[in-house]
Amino acid sequence: MENFTPVEALIGGAMIGLGALILLVFYGRIAGISGIARSALFTRDGRSWRLAFLAGIVAGPILLGAILTDFSYSTPQLSWQVIVAGLLVGAGTGWGSGCTSGHGICGVSRLSPRSVTATVLFMLSGMLVATLLH
Amino acid sequence: MPIIVAFIAGLLMSAGIAYSQMIDPNKVLGFLTLNANWDPSLILVMAAALAVYSSGYWLVIGKGKPVFAQSFSLPNKKELDKPLIIGALVFGAGWGLVGYCPGPALAAISSGSYGTLAFIAAMAAGWYISLQLTK
Repeated sequence: MENFTPVEALIGGAMIGLGALILLVFYGRIAGISGIARSALFTRDGRSWRLAFLAGIVAGPILLGAILTDFSYSTPQLSWQVIVAGLLVGAGTGWGSGCTSGHGICGVSRLSPRSVTATVLFMLSGMLVATLLH
Repeated sequence: MPIIVAFIAGLLMSAGIAYSQMIDPNKVLGFLTLNANWDPSLILVMAAALAVYSSGYWLVIGKGKPVFAQSFSLPNKKELDKPLIIGALVFGAGWGLVGYCPGPALAAISSGSYGTLAFIAAMAAGWYISLQLTK
């Protein structure tokens, strides 16, 4: 477990939870990033708050990079795996009505049976594929 | 409606994704890949997010209404149907393949990486396909 970063994980996780909570308290909305992005792209109603939220999502790492001197992260190489993975993640979160944020954080907090089921399934499926391939 | 609040909500979430390094697909793959170097960091990210969100949720829910809206817009579906189960399994497969879920991929857009941009374009195509198939 040499890559374990518990302090950053706990602080970062609390920030994620707080951001999601702000959206609930002020807008009464679930902070599901896949659902918000999909609706912003393909639905006209309620586009302005969704676009503002997504602008925040894009701005977060830029801001962090300006504050922290040692902030960097890797990105995947362009490959057919990236395209296939993107299609699977898009179609899967579309059919399953959510991703790690909407189901995994908001839904599990609300003790929604659908979200608990989805979270267990995408965790297991992700672990199976990653462990077989990497 | 003051949309600046929605911007701040997104900003906090993605700063958290970045600070916890979940923006880095290799970090996420370190959790999803079960081997001798297994990295449990993602569990603590989820645990901290759940602790903050659930305590807030159970404090505010059922008491009044959101600041900018007439009511809470929360999903109330209960049944575990086929789209939910298949969708979650398909999403997990894509997640395990590259290590990106929607939040971290969108948060990394400013990197300008072709891999990240291609993933986002393919993900948007996947969303479009899912909308066509559920019509």
